Amino acid sequence: MNILYDEKIDGKLHHVDRAELMAAMRAAMPDLEILHTHEDLKPFECDGLAAYRTTPLLVVLPERLDQVETLLKLCHRMHVPVVARGAGTGLSGGALPLEQGVLLVMARFNRILEVNPEGRFARVQPGVRNLAISQAAEPFGLYYAPDPSSQIACSIGGNVAENAGGVHCLKYGLTVHNLLKVEALTIEGERVTLGSDALDAAGFDLLALFTGSEGLLGVVTEVTVKLLPKPQVARVLMASFDSVEKAGKAVADIISAGIIPGGLEMMDKLAIRAAEDFIHAGYPVDAEAILLCELDGVEADVQDDIERVRTVLTTAGATDVQLARDEAERIRFWAGRKNAFPAVGRMSPDYYCMDGTIPRKQLPAVLKGTAELSVEYGLRVANVFHAGDGNMHPLILFDANQPGEFERAEALGGKILELCVAVGGTITGEHGVGREKINQMCVQFNSDELTFFHAVKAAFDPAGLLNPGKNIPTLHRCAEFGAMHIHHGHLPFPELERF
Amino acid sequence: MSEHTHDADQAEALLAQIQAALAAGTPLSITAGGSKAFYGREVNGTPLDVRGHRGIVSYDPAELVITARAGTPLAELNAALDAGGQMLPCEAPDFSGSATVGGMVAAGLSGPRRPWVGSVRDFVLGCRIITGHGKHLRFGGEVIKNVAGYDVSRLMTGTLGCLGLITEVSFKVLPKPRASLTLRLEMDRPRALRKFAEWGQQSLPISGACQDGGTTLLRLEGGESSVKAARALLGGEEVSADFWDGLRNHQLGFFKDPRSLWRLAVGNNRTPADLPGDALIDWGGAQVWLKTTADATQLRTLAAQAGGHADCYTPGVTDGPLPPLPDTLMRYHRQLKAQLDPQGIFNPGRMYAGL
Repeated sequence: MNILYDEKIDGKLHHVDRAELMAAMRAAMPDLEILHTHEDLKPFECDGLAAYRTTPLLVVLPERLDQVETLLKLCHRMHVPVVARGAGTGLSGGALPLEQGVLLVMARFNRILEVNPEGRFARVQPGVRNLAISQAAEPFGLYYAPDPSSQIACSIGGNVAENAGGVHCLKYGLTVHNLLKVEALTIEGERVTLGSDALDAAGFDLLALFTGSEGLLGVVTEVTVKLLPKPQVARVLMASFDSVEKAGKAVADIISAGIIPGGLEMMDKLAIRAAEDFIHAGYPVDAEAILLCELDGVEADVQDDIERVRTVLTTAGATDVQLARDEAERIRFWAGRKNAFPAVGRMSPDYYCMDGTIPRKQLPAVLKGTAELSVEYGLRVANVFHAGDGNMHPLILFDANQPGEFERAEALGGKILELCVAVGGTITGEHGVGREKINQMCVQFNSDELTFFHAVKAAFDPAGLLNPGKNIPTLHRCAEFGAMHIHHGHLPFPELERF
Repeated sequence: MSEHTHDADQAEALLAQIQAALAAGTPLSITAGGSKAFYGREVNGTPLDVRGHRGIVSYDPAELVITARAGTPLAELNAALDAGGQMLPCEAPDFSGSATVGGMVAAGLSGPRRPWVGSVRDFVLGCRIITGHGKHLRFGGEVIKNVAGYDVSRLMTGTLGCLGLITEVSFKVLPKPRASLTLRLEMDRPRALRKFAEWGQQSLPISGACQDGGTTLLRLEGGESSVKAARALLGGEEVSADFWDGLRNHQLGFFKDPRSLWRLAVGNNRTPADLPGDALIDWGGAQVWLKTTADATQLRTLAAQAGGHADCYTPGVTDGPLPPLPDTLMRYHRQLKAQLDPQGIFNPGRMYAGL
């Protein structure tokens, strides 16, 4: 079943003539930059999920709000689908273009409009990079907490659309927890303000609804984020384990001891070795698993917590516990983790990153299930894991030049996600459904729940013009997907406990 | 109330009542503990009592997640968490003591700790709801990170039952702080507001900041060392922590004043200097409790100038106790209501007339 937009199962799209649409745009917005030649469109044919590519009908690069407003009104009137895109770093194909649609690139809205230290907020345009917000706030001793690993490049508008996470989510929350207000345009080109400058807003919490809606409900045009005081200190402990089970148990023990680390990451042997070969972070290459535990906050508390965590780790059976001696070593410990994806990339021509989240106690069972699937599909899997919040990133290694390997990697990925759902988890913790996990949505939600999602969509975009085909599958797609799945009358993974 | 003291899964019965109401086109007025009956507009509908559907479904402290049925008394949820050394940090008000988990989520009201830790919706991970199409559905889940589909559980929070019946909720919970103390400082309002803005930019373990007349109250929570250091830095006199429960549940002397009670939510560092009536400043300046005879228009203008909005906590004062919405936003509210509750049976008019 092809993952690219298929009108037979994803819904009929209106076909508009490219020249006619361009003429209408030029007449309505003479100074709007429009890309239309094959060479110009090519760089926009995918986002961070490069395995899926579609050339858009047109690409537009507006610079002013009134252009976006006029464009949306025009597309609404002419029934043209619109896919909004920020920096294009998303990993789930959420900004994958449509052959019949306009790709609306918001990257030129890149101004920081206000940094207000007393009010502890920053007001920015959607194309501003995540890290640029923290850099602008730094002179005031403040920062913006969510830190997806792409933070150097990803835009805040995309972060809102995806409800982006990062390694510090357990303590500091996701994007949705760190927003005050979002200005958005609906497909009809109407301006709406979601949230407010206060800590809550009148009416339904549409700010929460729009956050993570993957561009299906509106286009983000301005974002007001909360700023936090930078923690006085951050220290990191690295613990080695001779089994993944013991490392998983240590995670639960840390939390049971009443400690919420700023970051708590796990890597398995394959990921450790890949990272060590690449970064030379000083990781123990013989360990079956390592845990990185960052403690941040007020200096006196951090000192106390280091001792507590050290005791917990040792009791849990760590074979070695190291405290980063200084800031340089702390950064080096993290560099291995933060570069785990490219490091794994060096071991294999291609890799495919999964994003399931599970209840932490299911970690050993899921890692065991993943290892079995890895053997069954004949593809290696490296595991990196936001252990604190249960978010797994299995990396499936494959070679796209070997016939059938990509399809096998895709199928294996799908199975891992279904395993996550089976143990009470979810198919995506932070990367989004996009196009990539559209079929697995049929596993996580039943047809009534999907129908409910479609009803939410219909309240804002009844014609289905904003990012069609992403996030929520049609019932037709799920029927086709279900028909492909042979259940033999029993559930997959019968040995696992159900919730 | 004696019939509602045992854990019971009454989802089937609630579903049957809702399906019957849908078949007959009868509006429902959702009730449980009644602790927030004063909040919002009056609903003309057949009462739908959720109290019987109660009980903690699962709680594993190591997972930092608790799941409870909507009719579970909030006090019972808090007691279970307390026994696990944890808490629901948003410290939602219990008012009369009869609040339920479902009511807390439906109202979405948070207590004094809110600016530092988050609101009720920030701790909601998943929910089950009975919809306006007569289905019992599940959204979100019991994991901390989950971006599959629209965030229906957080959308449902604070909708006062207008989009469906919440039957079960999962929350993220956190360990209780190791150390906690309350300080009273003799500090007048202008100075306190300046200090709140200043402290907000520093790594201080503050989790409550309230100003009443000439007195400022601070709560410090965190590790023993940081609380001790902050205590030394901030000075003042240590007093009982009971103040925060009194504030959260509106049991302080301030709330006994016979004038109407309004809540003004305003931007950080934008607390209005001139307030018509007696004010109690909460949330480090971002929430103002006001006892006043001023009219809705005046108060709403004042709140809007400060980046926020005003709602009325005294019934019968205004037909629109909740802050009005701009026309465009109201249209999308109506469209959402029409999609999710097409027959308009769930708490019609509780938030806004005609919604």
